[in-house]
Amino acid sequence: MKNLNIGASWLPLASMILAIISIWYLAALIMNGNQLINQLERKKQQWSYSQVASEAYQVKRPMLPAPHQVALELKKSVFDTSVSSKRSLVHHSLITLNSTMLGFFLGSVVGIVIAIGIVHNKTLEASLMPWIIASQTIPILAIAPIIVVVLGALNITGVLPKAVISMYLSFFPVTIGMVKGLRASDTLHVELMRTYNASALQTFWKLRWYSAQPYLFASLKVAIAAALVGAIVAELPTGAQGGLGSRLLSGSYYGQTQQIWAALIMAALLGSLLVWIVNLAETALLKRRGGLSNA
Amino acid sequence: MPKYVLTIVYLSLLAGQLALVSSSEQGFYQQSPGLLILLALAAYAVTALLSQLTQLAETHPTYAAVTKVLVPSLFAFMLLLTWQSIVVGFAVSAVLLPAPSAIFYSLGNNLPMFWADFKQTYLKAVLAGYFLGCSAGFIVAQLAVKSRFLRLGLVPLGNFMSAIPIVGIAPIMVMWFGFDWQSKAAVIVVMTFFPMFINTLAGLQSTDAIHNDLMHTYAANKSQIFIKSQLPQALPFIFNALKLNSTLALIGAIVAEFFGTPIVGMGFRISTEVGRMNMDMVWATIVVAAIAGSLSYGALALLERSLLFWHPSFRGTHKR
Repeated sequence: MKNLNIGASWLPLASMILAIISIWYLAALIMNGNQLINQLERKKQQWSYSQVASEAYQVKRPMLPAPHQVALELKKSVFDTSVSSKRSLVHHSLITLNSTMLGFFLGSVVGIVIAIGIVHNKTLEASLMPWIIASQTIPILAIAPIIVVVLGALNITGVLPKAVISMYLSFFPVTIGMVKGLRASDTLHVELMRTYNASALQTFWKLRWYSAQPYLFASLKVAIAAALVGAIVAELPTGAQGGLGSRLLSGSYYGQTQQIWAALIMAALLGSLLVWIVNLAETALLKRRGGLSNA
Repeated sequence: MPKYVLTIVYLSLLAGQLALVSSSEQGFYQQSPGLLILLALAAYAVTALLSQLTQLAETHPTYAAVTKVLVPSLFAFMLLLTWQSIVVGFAVSAVLLPAPSAIFYSLGNNLPMFWADFKQTYLKAVLAGYFLGCSAGFIVAQLAVKSRFLRLGLVPLGNFMSAIPIVGIAPIMVMWFGFDWQSKAAVIVVMTFFPMFINTLAGLQSTDAIHNDLMHTYAANKSQIFIKSQLPQALPFIFNALKLNSTLALIGAIVAEFFGTPIVGMGFRISTEVGRMNMDMVWATIVVAAIAGSLSYGALALLERSLLFWHPSFRGTHKR
């Protein structure tokens, strides 16, 4: 019975993707066609629907580029340009990836440290926890320009200001997940550690750290996606010289829709790649633990 | 009673630091660095006060409600005081970091402008986008829970969407829907749709079969089963999404305004005032955004508490 289900489960997804692509083509036809008709009417030229239909997918600056146009742009900027060129999307992705990874790393470390503090110190929990939650109701991305300006005034430029924003976005899920995970140890085990007269440090390394790992990975997946968003948004207002965010901004300034869509698709691929890598690490680690995942 | 004596000593240290900051002129730390000792002592006093308060809450549960508010407030107060002391004491340039007093001063002086920004960004874009996105996610989840085909097609898509930076569609939406709030609302609709969809679906699928059977024995019709059994069971999940989306929506609106807006709005204010190096205005805008974000989150949390008083995570929290 189960085997039959597996065979059937790709079908809905495939038809969904097919539906999206055909809607996309239809929308592109309507939106670009309208744009084309407006243009032709302004020039007082005659037009027919067949003419519009045939030209709608070849407009230079379309309202909505058709999937194949985006694919072409993607191919052009990924494979046909050398990686060192400023027109190469790989070049920009690497810049974004750089600050994403640094921010993700810093955010995870900060998140874990705060979580350890909160779990072991009641005062810290009472004074810090409400603010950590409140910090997420603040639109953190709004402070991106400030952080970049402030750090720029201190002569810190380049990757670090962007990484700080990624860090700010990614520390929260790690903190929340780790607090939950560090407290998820079996009460029996905690009591056993107490009968062994184990110190807080020993309890941490021999028990709590292991119960927290499944939670940690679940949070890391959220955190790495958040870090990517942070890096891209940080590139918007800062006038950054490169990165997917600056591609989006310059694309929107110059009306280069294909460029925007290509950068978007690249960001989507990058995001799912990063989450997939964390996923792989999780499976590898949990397998080594003998599938003892309890989350 | 040495404990009370200590508390008084701590409080007077804090008051001393407060008096020093409010009465001294710019750059007093540069003239007499020894005054930094008082700041360190005040910081120590606050940590000691905080631990006294948490101990008090443990030994006397009646005070727990008060300390729950007092401890984080005192912590934030000390942060602001340190910020103010260092900025004033070292005469830090306002471009780098404006003092909290300067931020609140410019907030108070420009209230009509901030109100206009708030109206544009929050009351128009955020509310419209939030309601559209959340209700669309809710409705599609209703369809998906009935159709396995739709579910298998949409759930992987939803997981994929959670990994990608959706804010990036902002320039496209600005191109399609113009500079005004409609384009921001469109970004928010896309951002909030999938969290709502995934959570509502998870909530509806978590419903206990036994409850449905019970409703069936009561001869309840479909809408009765939905309203009295399925919806309440799904509500915790739905509120998770609503709370998550409330912060996502504000972020989406502000970031979308970086890509073009009429000359009003919080994102517009931030990007122009950064360009003019008016950092106190930027920070004041963030204070407004923070208050708006926290209030909407708090309102949702209150609503959740009043609707879900029966849920294990809330049971017994309002009464002791």
